[in-house]
Amino acid sequence: MTQGIGKLLIANRGEIAVRIIRAAQALGIPTVAACSEADVDSQAARMADEVHILGPARADKSYLNVEALLGALKATGANAVHPGYGFLSENAEFAEAVQAAGAIFVGPSPETIRRMGDKAEARRTAQAAGVPVVPGSPDELFDVESALKAAESVGFPLLIKASAGGGGRGIRLAENPQQLSEEFPRSQREAQAAFGNGAVYLERFIGKARHIEVQVLGDGKHAVHLFERECSLQRRRQKIFEEAPSPVLNAQQRETLCASAVRLTEALGYQGAGTLEYLYDDATGEFFFIEMNTRIQVEHPVSELITGIDLVQAMLRIAGGEPLGLKQSDIRLNGAALQMRLNAEDPARDFFPSPGLVQALNWPEGEGVRVDSHLYEGYRVPPYYDSLLAKLIVHGSDRAEALARARLAVEQTTLTGMASTLSLHGELLEQPWLHTADFHTGTLETWLAERRSGGAA
Amino acid sequence: MAQHTVITPLPGTFYRKATPDSPNYVEAGAQVSADTVIGLIEVMKQFSELTAGTAGRLDAFLVEDGDPVEPGQVIATLEDA
Repeated sequence: MTQGIGKLLIANRGEIAVRIIRAAQALGIPTVAACSEADVDSQAARMADEVHILGPARADKSYLNVEALLGALKATGANAVHPGYGFLSENAEFAEAVQAAGAIFVGPSPETIRRMGDKAEARRTAQAAGVPVVPGSPDELFDVESALKAAESVGFPLLIKASAGGGGRGIRLAENPQQLSEEFPRSQREAQAAFGNGAVYLERFIGKARHIEVQVLGDGKHAVHLFERECSLQRRRQKIFEEAPSPVLNAQQRETLCASAVRLTEALGYQGAGTLEYLYDDATGEFFFIEMNTRIQVEHPVSELITGIDLVQAMLRIAGGEPLGLKQSDIRLNGAALQMRLNAEDPARDFFPSPGLVQALNWPEGEGVRVDSHLYEGYRVPPYYDSLLAKLIVHGSDRAEALARARLAVEQTTLTGMASTLSLHGELLEQPWLHTADFHTGTLETWLAERRSGGAA
Repeated sequence: MAQHTVITPLPGTFYRKATPDSPNYVEAGAQVSADTVIGLIEVMKQFSELTAGTAGRLDAFLVEDGDPVEPGQVIATLEDA
């Protein structure tokens, strides 16, 4: 079924829309930027061959509006949709609707999206493929009594998680049975309100865990990995600083981890780019699968830099019907890469959002430096969407060289007109624990709290 | 009796209720105190509460639920007691 992509509609905005258009241009595929009224002057709209306005600024009237997107396909004659990340990228109904309209959804099948989007089902699938998962309750829970019973085998401390959840929402911590009894109904209410499904499950909470994830690519039959990323530095479960490979795994651990990801990807008959997220327990050296993201991720560039593979181009080729054309032995790990997210948030005001008009803008240049951004001088960053402004990405022959380049990249960056997290990255790069990779998923928030109270970090 | 305005200091989207299924925080005609929440401003996925700022009777909303707003825009008018 080599249908081929004749014209690609980008159902997203910001830096990822720019990134997708660049990949399409490199493959000679014409592009349509499907955007909201607030994004008519965006970089993506300027770069695309055509612009189609979906609707008003609000995401539910534009980037989340399935009817408007199907209308855009029809109006422009595009025969493929790249959903980017966020918005409708992991929405099985949208993928189905695109296919029903006779177009290609750049990503896995709706069945796979649905299966891995249901966290309890994803766990079962991983277990069946022999991939270790965090000790947890096997089933969806609906009442406190069965939760307390399940907790006996899961162990405390534990997390209560929404079965239909994601993005860190609806997750609560319980240290003991008393707290579980109190928090359980709250989690159910949150899950019902946020996802329309009150089912929750329990999962052991690993205190000092690292967040390590494996990038995979599949063509429906074969799959390969592009090694792992470590994204332990998070604030409110949002990643801020990412790197590849993980600085703590040895070659044997890396091989075991990545092989488990490929096993699960092939078991799914997975098509496209995906990421399997794991928790890595520093104390025991164990890793546990937590979930799969069935889309391109914000931090994909670090994997591209250490392997030389363009993931977005690969997604488009696979969606167009080409076989993977890559064997695992073709993919070599080269050096180390880091990514720093610049968000329109003010680190001095508890990360309060700071949309505004880009005045002076200068990006770093030089060997091993890449910037993925949709900003230009005179661009007004709208208040309606995500705060991501840019990603500063650096590559070096090893982690020390990448860190040195990261410092230079931050120094060479000028961005005025709004507050951003640029200065925070400058400070972060001065921390000894960053250089020794002595961190876990709680480290950044602890450091931020100490920094705020003026204590020595 | 003096006329006051409630102004948003932030750009973003204005909401009159906490969630799509919740009732409105307040209706026009209601008595409010200075710290009564009359709506939310969503900026880049973060929500900030907008309070009346003055005690009195809330006259009217000049912005609909879900409308985009600019800094300095008048959201509602009220009369102090």
